Formats: sequence, C-alpha cells, structure tokens
Amino acid sequence: MFNYGYFSFASKDELLSKAAEYWNPGKVKFWQDAGTPMVIDRREGYRLHDMSGKTLIDLHLNGGTYNFGHRHPELVEVLKSGLDYFDMGNHWFPSVARAAFAEKLVKTAPHMKYAIFGAGGAEAVELAIKTARYATKRKKIVSIIKGYHGHSGLSVATGDERFSKIFLADRPEEFIQVPFNDPDALERVLKNGDVAAFIIETIPATYGFPMPEEGYLKACQDLCHKYGAKFISDEVQTGLMRTGVMWGWQGYGLKPDIFVCGKGLGGGIYPISACMVTEECGQWQVEDGAAHISTAGGSELGCLVGHHVIEMLQRPETVSNIDFVARFFAQSMAEMMARHSDIFCGVRQRGVVLGLEFDHPEGAVAVSRALYENGVWAIFSSLDKRVLQFKPGVLKDVDLCQEIIDRFDTAMPRARQLLSEMGRTW
Amino acid sequence: MDMARLNVPDRDLSSARMKVVRAAWAAKYYRSFDRDAVLRIAGAVVKAGHDKAGHFAEAAVRETGYGVVAHKTLKNQLCTFELLNHYRDLDLVSPRVDADRKIIELPSPAGVVFALAPVTNPVATVYYKAMLAILSRNAIVLSPHPLAKTCSAEAARHLAAAAEAAGAPSGLIQCVEEPSVPLVEEIMASDKVNVIMATGGTAMVRAAYSSGNPALGVGPGNAVAYVDPSAAVDAAARCLVDSKSFDNSILCTNESICLTQQQNRGNMERALRTAGAHICSADETDRLRDYLWQDGAFNAEAIGKSAVWIAKQAGIRANDAAKILVPVVEHPGQDDLLFREKLCPVLTLTAATDFDQAVTFAAQAAKRGAGHSAAFHGTDQRRLIAYSSAVPVNRVVVNAPCSQGAAGFATHLPPAFMIGTGFAGRSSVGENVGPQHLVHWTRIAFGRDVPADLSALDIEALARKPASAPVPVMAATTASAAEPDLNRDALRAMILEELRSLKGASE
Ligand SMILES: Cc1ncc(COP(=O)(O)O)c(C=O)c1O
Repeated sequence: MFNYGYFSFASKDELLSKAAEYWNPGKVKFWQDAGTPMVIDRREGYRLHDMSGKTLIDLHLNGGTYNFGHRHPELVEVLKSGLDYFDMGNHWFPSVARAAFAEKLVKTAPHMKYAIFGAGGAEAVELAIKTARYATKRKKIVSIIKGYHGHSGLSVATGDERFSKIFLADRPEEFIQVPFNDPDALERVLKNGDVAAFIIETIPATYGFPMPEEGYLKACQDLCHKYGAKFISDEVQTGLMRTGVMWGWQGYGLKPDIFVCGKGLGGGIYPISACMVTEECGQWQVEDGAAHISTAGGSELGCLVGHHVIEMLQRPETVSNIDFVARFFAQSMAEMMARHSDIFCGVRQRGVVLGLEFDHPEGAVAVSRALYENGVWAIFSSLDKRVLQFKPGVLKDVDLCQEIIDRFDTAMPRARQLLSEMGRTW
Repeated sequence: MDMARLNVPDRDLSSARMKVVRAAWAAKYYRSFDRDAVLRIAGAVVKAGHDKAGHFAEAAVRETGYGVVAHKTLKNQLCTFELLNHYRDLDLVSPRVDADRKIIELPSPAGVVFALAPVTNPVATVYYKAMLAILSRNAIVLSPHPLAKTCSAEAARHLAAAAEAAGAPSGLIQCVEEPSVPLVEEIMASDKVNVIMATGGTAMVRAAYSSGNPALGVGPGNAVAYVDPSAAVDAAARCLVDSKSFDNSILCTNESICLTQQQNRGNMERALRTAGAHICSADETDRLRDYLWQDGAFNAEAIGKSAVWIAKQAGIRANDAAKILVPVVEHPGQDDLLFREKLCPVLTLTAATDFDQAVTFAAQAAKRGAGHSAAFHGTDQRRLIAYSSAVPVNRVVVNAPCSQGAAGFATHLPPAFMIGTGFAGRSSVGENVGPQHLVHWTRIAFGRDVPADLSALDIEALARKPASAPVPVMAATTASAAEPDLNRDALRAMILEELRSLKGASE
C-alpha cells in the first residue's frame, strides 16, 4: 500500500494504470517498453527510489535540475525559511528577492544588464527570442539542426520538427535551421540581413553533447555581429558550473548578447528561469516594462532559492569538487572504454557534462536499460540515440562516483547482450 | 541589533562538510602516490613551513596572547625538518614482505583525517598534523580553536599551497575557517571522516571519542619533576627554569611540580634562584594561588603569560628578570590547588621526607595528568626505575627539560604535539603520535604449511597500477576507443563483428 495521506495506491501497477488513464498514456507506455518503468518515489542526494523499492543513482538529473542532488538539505532549509516570509509574490511590483537575485545573476556575467525571469527554460527562451526581435526589429531566428530549446510557441519552432509539426507549430519561414559545426552554413543564412538571432546551446545536450569544433562558437558569434543579428546562448543544461565555469560560454571566450538559464537554477525544488540581456537588448524593459508578463515567472520563492544556488556554486569547495568529479570520470570512462571497446566507442566531455557513444544506432537505449537494471539512471539523447547522456552532479563524492563506475562496469555485459538482441531485430 | 528576517543555513557548516568531501577526493588520489612523491611533497612542505615558522609564531602570539615568539618559532621548526628527518626512514608507503613468516603487508591509509588544533599551539599543531597526514598518505581537514582561527588557517593555507606546488592533489590540506562547537561536533560524527586527531580541552577530546568515529585523542598533563639527591642540582634547576619558561609553559608537557627531598630543599631553592626563578614567600604563595584559581577554576587570563606579568597581576614583587615563579608548598599533599596543571611559568616546589613518600605523592599528583609525562633528575638508576614504574605516565624525561623532552626536542622521543596518554589517560595511544598511527596494514598471510616463496617477489612491480595520469577535462575532449584486440576475447570479437555488420546493414 502506498498511502501518501492525500492519495493512495495499492501498488505500482495500479499507479501505472491510473497514470496511463488520467495523465499520459504515451509516456507510461514508452518507459515500460524501454524496460525502464521508473516511478520515482522517495529521493534524496543523488539517489532515486522507485516505487518497487529499487534504488537508482541519478545521472540524468533532468539536465542539471538536480545539480546539487535531490532535496539538498541546505536548499530545502532556504525554501522552508522563505515560506515563513514570502510566497510567489506579485510579478507587477519590485521585490527584494527579485532585485537581489537579479543583481546576483548579473554579477556572474558583468557584460549583462538585466535578468528577466520566467518559470521554465522554454519561457526564458521565449523571452530571449522576443528580446532579439525587439532589438533588431527583424523576425528570423536561426538554430541548429537537432537543436533543442523547449516546447513553447517560439522555442519549439527552433527545434526538431518531431515536436512542432504535430501541433502545427513549425514555422519554416521564420525559423531556419543550419547544421552544427558549420559556420559557413550560418553565414549563408545571415547574409540576407533579416535574421534577428542565432540561438545555440554551448554543447547541444539533447543532440548528445557533440563538442563544438575549435573556434566554431566564436565564429558564429562574430558572424552574428557582422550581419547585425544577436547571438543567444542557451545555458539551460550547460550553465551553473556544469562545464567547469558558471556559464558554458565563458569557457569558449564568448560574450553572448542574450543567454538563458533554467533547470538547476531553482535547485530542483522551486521552478525559476532567467533570460539575461545586455543593456542594448533590454531596452524594451525601459520602453514598456510590462511588455512581457508572467505570473509565475521570477516568483520570490524561486528567486530566494536561485540566489542561494548561485552562492553555493561559487564556493571554492564546490568548484574544486566539480574538478575532481570531472577528472574522475574522464579517467574512469577512458578505462571503461578500453575494457568495453567493442560497444563503447567514444566519450564527449566538458566538465561534468558527458556524452558516451555506443557503437549501435540505438546503443544508448540498451545501455540506459542495462544501467537501470544495475541501479543507475542515465538517459539516452532523444535526438541521437547512440549517445548516452551521463550527467554527474556537482557535489558527488568519491564513494558515489566509484560506485557508479563499478555499476557501469557490471552493466556492460548486459548492455552487450541487449545490443545483440536488438541487432537481430534491427 | 538588526536581526535577519529570514533564517539562513549555517554557511560555515556547509562549507566544512564540503571540505571533508573534497578531502576524500584528495585522499583517493594521494593514497596511490609512491614514496618519492610523498617525500618530495613532505620536503616542500617542511621547507615552506620552516621559512615562515617565525612569521606564524608571531601571528599566533598576536592572535592568542599566549606564549613567546622565539619559542613558538622553535616549536614550529621542530615540526619541519626535524620531524621529517625523524620519520624519513619509516616507510609507510611500500608493501612489506616477510618471507620467513610468509606474510605480505600492504599499507592502507586512513583516508580523511579530521584534526583539531588547540589555542595553545595553533600553528605547531597545524604543521605537525599536516606533516603526519602527508607522511601517511592521508588528507587532512584541520579545525582550529576559535581564538586562533586566523593564524591556524593561514598556516594551513601556506602548507597546502606548498604541497600542491609539489604535486599533491588539491584539497589534501584544508582548514575550517570559522570553527564552532556545533560544527566540530557534526564533522567529528560524519561518516566521511575516517579518523579524528583530537588535541585540546578534555571536553573536546571526550567528544571526539564519543563521536562514533575512530579517534586519537590525548588527555591533559600534570608533570611532576622529581629531583633526586643524586642529581646535579644546578643542572636540574636550569632544566626546570628552561622548561617552565619555554613558550611560557604553554605545552602540556611542562613541569607542574618540582618535587625533592627535605634534605635537598634548601639547595634546590638556591639553585632555582640562580637559574632565574623567583622563589615565593609563604604570603606570595598564597597570593599566587588566589590569583591563579578563582572560584575553583584556573584563571584563563594567566595561560601562556610571562612570569613577570603574572607576578604583577598577583601582587608579587618579583625581579624583572624572573623567568618563572616558584610557589612553595611545604609538604606534599593532595589538596593544594597549586599541585594542579598550570599552563604558565609557575612551578610549585615541594619536598618529601624520603624517596618513598616522594614516589607516593608523585603517583597521586600525576593522576591529574594520567598517562602523560614526568621528569626525573638524578643518576640513581634504581630510583629512576622505581619512580617510573610507580607514576602513571607514559614517558619520563631524564635530566632534561620536560616541556621539550617529552615532545621530542631534547630527547630522542619522536617530535610530537600529541602526547599519547594511553589507557591511564583515557586515550587510544600511549606514545608520541606519529604518521604510523594513521595507517593500517592489509596482511596477506599464507598457510603455515603451504609452500610459498616470497623471497623473489617483486612486490613493487605487482602493486603498481597501470599509470593513470589525471586527464585535463575542462577543455573539451572527444576520446575514441582504440581498435579492440580481437584475439583477447573470442566472444567479444563475435559480438563486435555482428554489430559492425548490422551497422553496415542499417546504413
Ligand atoms: C537546452 C534546453 N533549453 C531549454 C529547455 C526547456 O526548458 P523547460 O523544459 O524548463 O521549458 C531545455 C529542457 O530540456 C533544454 O535542455
């Protein structure tokens, strides 16, 4: 019996059927078919407990949402303390938490002028695109093929058509896609002089973290400026120290005109996102501050948590831990690849952002399942299923990291078996 | 007072927790360093420590008001080259093979050491414990006394920088910046701490032992120096004055009581006076007692202060050159407060009627500093042994100053700022604590009657792991697997082939 006081379920099976009935049959079925039918019950630190009682180490982290782990006690303390004083607040008015948090964010990126808040990543992307259009008075938005920036109206139009066509939300005339790592293709589009912005993740997550080639991002930024377009950096997954610096663009010597962050900004306990803009881009806030409205955007509780998230990330101990975690996985993944070279063929890494390549078109789906069976939850890349997203959190300690690698090693024979089974039906 | 409107999590506590996590990372890498690397790091750290021994001595006296800069400098220095030289040949890194007993021993460092640094030796303790950690391949998180936190932390940072520059993993030596009792209690109980090194007040040491973690803690001292009629009394007096004035007696190894025999007492007083002591009259003795113990507790203000300063406070007219104050208690007894530990240059003189009474008294007085140290001056070896067997201490310093002698300056004892007080002093160690206390050994034991030839074993080569240099990762890396060795594993090769052909088919 799963009695939660407010509701109860007799079993995991009952929950699954109710979820399929009332919530989302497609998602329920998908994970059952994938062999990873997880229903997260309790959670703490970097561990998830499935309703079945199975425990999993979380290496998915929802793209960095759980950068600090689940329900980090310090963040929970901050939120609880906030609840004794604040609520979501009233977005119309200035607020202490919003002003303080905005200042804190701007200080992390001194060439930026304003922080504009939303509740989710897509909303922040929405803000970024609207801002670029305001600043350039142009409409076209360029993104990369297999790029991913969320599912709201403007953001979904930048992404894979799988997510836009179904809702008739693709807008090919306004949203143009160019191949990743191909600055010439970008230039061909920019040349027409009608592009408002190019939006790109520093390392495209949902595409499996392919690494930008040397100089590529800088070339894109320069091209944007050459043709009067804005360069937007999507830091939803690469921000918050995950690549070893606060914002991914800092590690590539960039100065985006606009950048967005979300996910881990709310510590996994209170949703908040932000769109950071330069003074020039942010002029609409002077012209008409209420041009964009979001009741849940920049809620005071979110601002309080976000403020503390940034502070925790800036601690020297955190910075050092990230370095240790990154080194550890660089070294142990190289060892794993040597031991399992028949299936495991590549590692893409920057900081604690890793993509593991497997030698099969759906290799990461099998590996994700094998890892699941061995107590590790890591998700494949939706837009490149050869690549497993492997995302350790910034506070993981040495014992947990070692346990992950031990489990990974144990899971490889099972992955091999699953792959050979898949192979036959491929 | 402008109170915060929101409750803010204890920032210092969370950063201390993170330091422990970081130390565990450092320990993981450091435990596989070889002996040369360990000695290289140790060498760099002692050099750095020695260079700034005086600077930090000054900082410590300035911050705490305790002790004497020149003496603190010596104490700091003791923990540098001297300590390294003492332990240089103690190999805690290489595996050991005992071919005759068919036993192989592999060193297993503790991991993360959590170490307290007391206010009395805020820098020497940091130097000392950091060196012990380095030599035993452990990482250390130091927690200073709140009244000495600045100098302790600064010294720790200085050593850490030197260690890192010499190749140590970052985070090997860390120091809590804002210590507090709740912080120390929580970290001591952390399951991420492998061993605690506790020096400080009795309450702290007991808390360490109660934390649930393995602990090395040492108790307080109350050294009795017995001056036998067989002693060269002038030399003995010089030792006593030297020792008691050393760093204004702020070592737990300092003599508390000078015990002699009645027949020798006049001589002793004269010799002490000649050596620079101020011998108190009965009235001065009473004033001193009243000043040093107020409401039954030792007056903290007197700790580590000079004899002249204390004399002034107590209303005693002493010569400006007086190095120590000597109150005189005519007869040895249990109850006089002056027979308790005094971390200041005050040495209580008393005289027994004969040797037997002296031993009985010494044994009783030493109970207040059980397991710690005592001193013996004289040449009568029978009495030395009788004295040493009767007094419940773990070291007896002979014909030398006890402050320095028990801590390994003036004797061949190991240089130490943790003087194990053993079972008598409610401690798990009875000797001067060294790096060997931070390493355990995995013992590989062959059956007695099983043939095993270990004499030709190249244990070094066997123990060596394939080189695993850290890979730079903040710059993007895209690694690719080398072509697999197909002969290695037939099954794997078959799968590989199958997969490759499948991939081909799908294209
Ligand atoms: C790079 C990137 N941008 C934007 C988003 C959208 O964020 P949200 O789901 O919070 O709207 C995501 C979500 O996965 C993302 O990965």
